[in-house]
Order: sequence, then structure tokens, then C-alpha cells
Amino acid sequence: MATEATKKAAQSAAKEATRAAFGETLVELCKEGLDVVAVDADLAGSTTLAKLASYDPDRLVDVGIAEQNMVGVAAGLSVTGHIAFTGSFAVFGTGRCYDQIRNTVADANLNVKICPTHAGITVGEDGATHQMLEDISLMRGLPNMRVLVPADFHATKACLKLAAKEWGPVYVRMGRYPVAPVYDSSVVAEFEGANVLREDAAAGGAAAGDGATKSLTIFACGVEVSEALQAADILAEKGIEATVVDVYCIKPINKKVIVEQAKKTGRVLTVEEHSIYGGLGSAVAEVLSENSPTPVKMLGMTTFGTSAPGGVVLHHFGLDAEGIARAAEEFCA
Amino acid sequence: MANEKEWRAAKKTDGQTALLANHIRHDIIRMLAQSKSGHPGGSLSASDIVASLFTSGTMNFDAENPSWEDRDHFLLSKGHAAPVLYALYHQLGWISDADLMTLRQLDSKLQGHPDSHALPGIDVCAGSLGQGLSVAAGEALGFLLDAKASGEEPTHVFVLLGDGEMQEGSNWEALMFAAHQNLTNLTAILDLNNLQIDGFVTEVNSLGDIDAKIKAFGWNVLHVNGHDVAEIKDALVKGRSLTDAPTMIICDTIKGKGVSFMENQAKWHGSAPNEEQANEAIAELDQQKVDIEKEYGVTEADVPFATMRK
Repeated sequence: MATEATKKAAQSAAKEATRAAFGETLVELCKEGLDVVAVDADLAGSTTLAKLASYDPDRLVDVGIAEQNMVGVAAGLSVTGHIAFTGSFAVFGTGRCYDQIRNTVADANLNVKICPTHAGITVGEDGATHQMLEDISLMRGLPNMRVLVPADFHATKACLKLAAKEWGPVYVRMGRYPVAPVYDSSVVAEFEGANVLREDAAAGGAAAGDGATKSLTIFACGVEVSEALQAADILAEKGIEATVVDVYCIKPINKKVIVEQAKKTGRVLTVEEHSIYGGLGSAVAEVLSENSPTPVKMLGMTTFGTSAPGGVVLHHFGLDAEGIARAAEEFCA
Repeated sequence: MANEKEWRAAKKTDGQTALLANHIRHDIIRMLAQSKSGHPGGSLSASDIVASLFTSGTMNFDAENPSWEDRDHFLLSKGHAAPVLYALYHQLGWISDADLMTLRQLDSKLQGHPDSHALPGIDVCAGSLGQGLSVAAGEALGFLLDAKASGEEPTHVFVLLGDGEMQEGSNWEALMFAAHQNLTNLTAILDLNNLQIDGFVTEVNSLGDIDAKIKAFGWNVLHVNGHDVAEIKDALVKGRSLTDAPTMIICDTIKGKGVSFMENQAKWHGSAPNEEQANEAIAELDQQKVDIEKEYGVTEADVPFATMRK
């Protein structure tokens, strides 16, 4: 068995940003014969969509710095039978063109995949204007739109493939922060998907939430899945058993898994690098309040972000493993 | 014209288009009087444009199948002018007269703004202004990609824009893009009626020298009288034949055209006529029909698609 140190070293060596999967996956989909065309807004290098242009220049349309037109053009491409992906950064690729996404793409249920990168506070140095914290809530509110927030490189590939192969609008949230692998290349994604990655073996034995059993369920998405798994290690050393669930499909959400896993521990902590208003925490709380009322603590953002390296920003806002463990410990106290 | 026979044939065809536009105007007033809600001004200003487009022979469509796969595409970016589209659909037999009378009511196919789920041949939901040109450009690009693969002529895309919505910045993104991508299979038609909800476009936020601006963005510009069907049809044919850039046909129009008390009045942008006003409007349109029949030597039997109407 590998020591903690070697495990950490292996993980660290293999860290990759979810955005790194974008261009590569679209090239694979083209090679599979799917009629994929992507539209980006002067960020093809950053989103990695430049890889698609290297494969076939006709497959990437760069509209320049014009996100509203990016979404409109993608809508038109989808009408003509192409599977259209949009790029840009999450802050521009959802906020600047929200009306186009709402009134043209979602209402008409077009086959357009809204797939920006650079979401959340882990954007880091660029600071608050570039750290999108409301995209999940914006996209989740739209009829017809499905919302996927993959945890790592391989999960992102799986989510992009799912988006390409299912009809209709899908939002895939990607980031620039290198994240330790959670999955291997065999991972597949599905709508209403949620993966229980770490289960509290003792949970369910004693009456949930009775105080005798120190356990809780952590629902996380995106980069926070990896942080939550590390937090669970820290918590285990302190005698707190954490179940960790990757809720990568925020809409449609898997109610069954959320209710089941919440019932087991009687305490729910949600973690996201996104506003707690309308994001994963809200989605989980909606399910639980209607189906199985459970105390919920939401970790996420309530302010704008700030400049610093991504990991430092995560730490600053208490959204790294240490911060999650601290919040969980207080919650269980 | 080479000879009198050709001249008479062209004149008769123009008369047919003018009759179709007159029928469309009748339908617009009838449906708005029934719904007591909707936008007459911009629908009436665009009636001759829409009638010309569908009788010009420039646009490929199948009157018996609005969803025909190989059709050229038409988008109404100024979605509030939905009544002109619904009236056209009625004239083509794509919806019934009974359908017309359901405008804006619960469960109607005739939503307040065009709904792609409710009727065939509507590519996207329209109504939020400034979006149609981007979508049309995306379609034109998609058809060019298809044509590159198949070696066939690309499908053509027509989009009808309002002058008020040219104030939306997104349109200028799309103009720049369409020229840069050389989308020669794209024709935009601008209904320049110089009115928007708050008043004259020239007073609210002027478009300035719109011809020069569009040209400067790299487009071909044709400027016509938007109530002269012969001019509009000629421009549509010419625009499609130009292969060096996308084309915009700028049409000088009168908002509310055909109903004297609505003409050039901002207040008729989005209010429906009451019964008395509707009767007055219909009487005027009836007289215009007589005038068209006399001027062009056509009769009711010459109205295009008359046999299709339900």
C-alpha cells in the first residue's frame, strides 16, 4: 500500500485542469464522426479549443470578442444540423450573452452546448471580474437546460461526450485550476448522475444525527470534489466519518442519491466554488426540504472573489480541504 | 423589358404581389381586432416586404410543405411583427382562418412572438431584439460548411430586421462577423420605418447614415422603396446574385402603412384597434384592393396561393 506521501506525490504529478479536456474531447468526437462545430470568442488558446482548429480549421469559428454573436451563431449552426459548442470564459460565456442563451437557445430547445471554461474563484490571479460565481444558478433556472459540473479531467471528457450525444441545450462548467484526478479514463457521465465516492461505513448504524455518531454527508461539485475527498481524510483522523458524493449533474439532479446519502448521516454539507444562492447548495436543499428535511450547511461564495493564485483564493475563502474539514468539524460539534 | 408582353407579365406579377400584401394587411387588422393585443405598426410596414419575398421567385420554399428540408430559410428578427408572419402563413394555407382568430390566446399556435415549437418553418423563438442576424449568420455559415462538403450551392438565408433593433449592439457584432466570414448566402432586409416605441428612431437614438455604416462593415447595400413590390423583388434577386459579400436591402417604409390613422404614429407600435377602428381600417384596405386591381389589371382570382388558403 502506498504511503500518504507517495499517494499525494502521484496525485500532484497528474493534476490537470478540467478545461484541458475541452479541445481534445471535441477532436475525439469529430473523429467518431460527430458533426461538431465550436464557436469561441477570442479565447481559443485558453479554452483549448485551438486544438479543434488544428484538427480541422472549419470546425472552430472565432467570432472575436463578441459573446452575444457567439451564442447566436452557435444557435444558427445548430439549426443547420451541426452540434454547436460555445466557449469563452464562464463570466462572459453565460453573463454577457444570457439573453441569447435564454431566448434563442433554451426556449427553442436548440442543440447548443454552452461550455465555457475559467469558472469559479480558482481562476485566481485575474480576480473578481473574471471569477464567475452565478453561472450555475443562471443556467439552472432555464427550462430545457441541463447543468454538468465535472470534477476532473476524465469526468470532463465524459460530460462533454454526454452533452454532444444527447439532444438539446447542455451547460458544462470547466475551470483552469489544476485538480487532482478523482476518476480514471473509464468514467462515464449520465444525466441525473451522482457518484458516491467515499462512504461512511459506520453510518446508519446509530440513529442518524443523534450526536453519538459523528458523521456527515458532503455533496460537492467541480474542483471541490477533490478538496472534499482530502477533507474527509482530515476528518477521519479526528473521528468524523464523511460520506463524499460528487453531484456532477446539478440539473436534472439525482434526488434518490441525495435523499439516501443525507438520511444515512443526518447532516449535509454542500461545497461549491460558486454562489450559495442558486448553485449546488440550493439544489440539494431544494431536494431535501421537499423530500427529507435535513440540516444543511452550505459552503460557497456570498461575495465577489479576489486576486491570488487559485489555491490561495480557495484557502482564503475556506473552500480548500482544510476549510471544508474545519466547517464540517464545527457542524458536527 | 424587351417587349410589351413581358412588360404586361411583369406588371401582372407585381399586381399579384401587391394583392397578396393587401390580403396580409387585412389579416393583420382582423387578427389584432380579435386578440385586442399585438403590434400593428411594424407588421403593416413589413407587409409588402414579406409578400415580395415569397413571390419573388428568389427564395426556395415549398408552399405545400413549410418544413421542406431544402428550403431557403427566413427569420423574422423583429419578432413583435409576428402578425405579418401569421398573415403570410394564413395566405399560404399553413394555418387556418380559425387559427388567425386565436392570436395571443391560451393554447394558440400564434404566440405573442413567433414560437419555433408552435409552427413549422420558424427556426428560433424571436422577440428579444437584436438576435436574428446572429442566428441567420450562424445558419448561413452552417449551410456554407455543408455546401463545401457536398459541392452543391449553399442554402440561402433571409432575415428581416427592424430599424429600432439596429440600436442593439449585438447586431453590429453580427454585421462584422458576416462580412468577415464572407457569408454571401445571407440577405438581410431592413424595415426602415423610423419609429420605435418611444418615438422616431432619428430622435430616440439615430442610426445616422445607415447605408454608409452597413457598407463600411463590408456589406453590399441596396436601398429601395419598401412599399414598391417591383423594387423590392428586383433587389432580392440582385442581392442573391451578388457573391462578393452579404447583402442588406434597406427598405424605406411607413409604420402602419395602409391604415391612414396608424401611419407614422408611434402609438400604433403595440396597440390593437378596437372594433370601430378595425372597420375603418378594413374599409381603407378594401379601397386599396380595388385600386390595385385597377392599376395592375388583376382580380381576386390572381391572389397568389389562393387555392391553398384554409
